[in-house]
Amino acid sequence: MQFDMNLRGLRMAVTGGTSGLGLALVRLLVARGTRVAFVARGARAVEQIAHETGACGIVGDVGRKEDIYPIAMQVTGNLGGLDVLINNASSLGPTPLAPLADTECEELELALMVNLFGPFRLTKALFGALAASAREGRGAAVINISSDAAINPYAGWGAYAASKAALHHLTAIWAKEAQGDGVSFLSLDPGDMDTPLHAIAVPDADPRKLKRPEDAAAEILRSLVAALPSQAAGPVAVNP
Amino acid sequence: MIAAQRPDRRSAKLLTIDADGRMQHLPRAALASLFSPGDLVIANDAATLPASLMGTHCASGQPIEVRFAAWVSVYDPTRFAAIAFGAGDHHTRTEDRIPPPPLSPGDRLELGPLVAIVERLDLPGLFRLRFMGDRTSVLAGIARHGRPIQYAHMPEPLALWDVWTRIAADPIALEAPSAGFALDWHTQTVWRQRGVGFATVTHAAGISSTGDPTLDVLFPFDEPYRIPERTAAAIKHTKSKDGRIVAIGTTVVRALESAAKADGSVRAGDGVASGRITRETPLHVVDAILTGVHQPGDSHFELLRAFANDAVLDRISAAFARHGYRTHEFGDSVLIVRRQRMARHVITTRAR
Repeated sequence: MQFDMNLRGLRMAVTGGTSGLGLALVRLLVARGTRVAFVARGARAVEQIAHETGACGIVGDVGRKEDIYPIAMQVTGNLGGLDVLINNASSLGPTPLAPLADTECEELELALMVNLFGPFRLTKALFGALAASAREGRGAAVINISSDAAINPYAGWGAYAASKAALHHLTAIWAKEAQGDGVSFLSLDPGDMDTPLHAIAVPDADPRKLKRPEDAAAEILRSLVAALPSQAAGPVAVNP
Repeated sequence: MIAAQRPDRRSAKLLTIDADGRMQHLPRAALASLFSPGDLVIANDAATLPASLMGTHCASGQPIEVRFAAWVSVYDPTRFAAIAFGAGDHHTRTEDRIPPPPLSPGDRLELGPLVAIVERLDLPGLFRLRFMGDRTSVLAGIARHGRPIQYAHMPEPLALWDVWTRIAADPIALEAPSAGFALDWHTQTVWRQRGVGFATVTHAAGISSTGDPTLDVLFPFDEPYRIPERTAAAIKHTKSKDGRIVAIGTTVVRALESAAKADGSVRAGDGVASGRITRETPLHVVDAILTGVHQPGDSHFELLRAFANDAVLDRISAAFARHGYRTHEFGDSVLIVRRQRMARHVITTRAR
């Protein structure tokens, strides 16, 4: 894949890094010379992807409050700081998808824990490291992976959409508040992708009509580069 | 004095003492309105490791608690200088804890998912350990199994989120750089709007007590620190405009004065702070210190003698007692602007 931005040396963390968009991001970032730590729940998958990519694998569940600081400590301890956090891990809530009236409270809670509280808590725990990076002129950014379901009301997507809508707004407010600290916040909708999560949500979707997660990952990195100061990452010669 | 039992950022108090020894009692939130445009506040942004690990001493089968006391090589989490306790937990004061089983070089310690080997005994009670495994797996084991060093006066165990300051970044402190609990992002925003600068050092604050008086007299141990280029440049700029340097906590004083050049600027980069700051230590960089509420005799309190004379410190101690200031890591704060004589000395030196 052709990609015309230099991210070499940036220290980046990706949650949900063993499948779908998260995995595509980890692979692309490693290929671009970024120092990557990724987080996922399954120890075996984490080990496998760490072995395959050389990225630092961290076992943890962003939906669990007790896991957040141990995750944050391993991110900064392994990377020696942090420039970019990508909150990608997501939960659909009820699976198969269900109308709100059929959604258990615990299923809504799960979606909120993973999609809203998780990014809030992890960003808060790592905000000191991100602000330190910004103070040193490296630039810093948080990317929260959103969805068009955060904006448009689709029947059956209630738990997921409500959590993503809240995350989208949280991101917008944090962007304003953190401007002076030099930390950028982006809420990005990667579109409908051919991922395991999408297959669970829409089992009969035609994969050929879905975006490849690799393409969505490349778009996300373009948005990231545009958000960082030029000295942190800049255009370089293209190596196809 | 009352020991604060929980981190309580919103109701904390602040005692301020200006260069002429005048006192003021303020809510700590008033910190945002202190200092002048052109002053520079410097804090320690080290995050805190969960430096206490429970486990078993394999040779004896006895329970053991290991506490990291110092880094052997900073940023290498596979080796530490450590102390240990036997059965029991933090509800017993460290002074009264059961000693660990006798340790010998080569002894194996099983600490949750981690295995450590006693490399050598440095002093009675102080030893070096090495974890088996690579850096990533050792960090994962410490993150999951370690607990922050606990305090006997706290009714509930401290979690990692209790001991990270708002600005916590690299996890290299072994106990929290607790003066930094006074800081929040709102305060920094107000300082920025008012033209008060903010910068950081990263200083590996070590443990504050072992419970063993023969070891405690050696405190503080050598502590590694890092001063970013931008912090060194901001100090130089501030000094050139006659602004004041305000240190948040004793670790910042140790790092900056350890890296000080005679003209009041500092060397950027990595260093190691060793030795104590005492009443005789000339301060080249720091003009004011914000610290916690400590008692005479504590190493943190004794460091203040470099900032204020005994008469002023006696008045501070009396004011703490009279006005119910809360002690310890999560207590109230005191800001001391150092006495004028020293300030003039520095200004004269700089003007030469």
